[in-house]
Amino acid sequence: MNIWLLFIILGIGNFLLRYSFVYLFGKVELTDTARRALRFVPPTVLLSLIMPAILRHQGQLDLTLDNPRFYAGLIAGLVAYKTKSVLFTLVVGMGLLYLLQNLL
Amino acid sequence: MQTNIKERMWAGVKAISPILLGVIPFAMIVGVFAVDAGLTQLEGIGMTAIVYAGASQLAAIQMLVERSALPVLILTVWVINLRFLLYSASLGEHFKDLSLGWKLLFSYLITDQGFAVSVVEFEENKEKPGKRYFYLGASLIMWLVFFLATGVGVLVGASVPASWNLDFAFPLSFMGLVVPTLKDRPAILAGLIAGTLTTLAVGIPYNLGLPISVLAGIGFGMLLEKLEQK
Repeated sequence: MNIWLLFIILGIGNFLLRYSFVYLFGKVELTDTARRALRFVPPTVLLSLIMPAILRHQGQLDLTLDNPRFYAGLIAGLVAYKTKSVLFTLVVGMGLLYLLQNLL
Repeated sequence: MQTNIKERMWAGVKAISPILLGVIPFAMIVGVFAVDAGLTQLEGIGMTAIVYAGASQLAAIQMLVERSALPVLILTVWVINLRFLLYSASLGEHFKDLSLGWKLLFSYLITDQGFAVSVVEFEENKEKPGKRYFYLGASLIMWLVFFLATGVGVLVGASVPASWNLDFAFPLSFMGLVVPTLKDRPAILAGLIAGTLTTLAVGIPYNLGLPISVLAGIGFGMLLEKLEQK
């Protein structure tokens, strides 16, 4: 598929999600059940992106010292929790990864 | 219109500024990733302009590299962005008197960050006029910063060696975003369930692991919430 066509399909979907209830305001309400469901989208999506990237190493689950990403990620997670800062988390996580890779 | 447009837009810019500090490295990573994955520089920034949802862009790029089936890639991106429905429903009330053109523009500009600062402002200053300009100021600067930082990313992207492990910045940059969403037990457990399932779902065909795990996590969270209320 042409890559631009793919972007446009993705973009149209994203736009419709954004425009949905701006357009429907006063016509259709988001039900309480839907609201309750959608509140879980950010934590489930983000942890689904974070956890495999840290826990999987060379294609499989790896919680040993051979996987420095696990330890760097764990500590970076604590930093994120304490500071809520994307920048700090990046600096600590990347720094630890280099350190661990060069030490181990 | 008595509202001081400039002043309200500027208030929006000021409110979102601290968040932009985190957006800059994140958007740069999106740009670096795009060219690393073999997209041209123009495709890299074009993706930001058209798709305009960073987390889902990173996921899409990764799936392009893994040569995932395109329908699954598309589904994954949309599932990641389901949260926009919630923002749309919340902002719809404030946008209801706008003309069609403004509604379309304002909708395109919806982001986690612009939404976050606007709902806080609208809640704290319910009667203050010029809400739309506050939102517009915050959202336009957000767009501009995201776009420019992606641009820097695609420019430097090709010169970043693989040994830098820049792909690790991808989960790291999400960590700062996920923390504020883990505000109660159902949300934390739903997130952990979804994350664990996605991690274990290596063998699921076509990379359907993420959308299925997310839906399972949502269902689990709703159930837990219901049980806790009793």
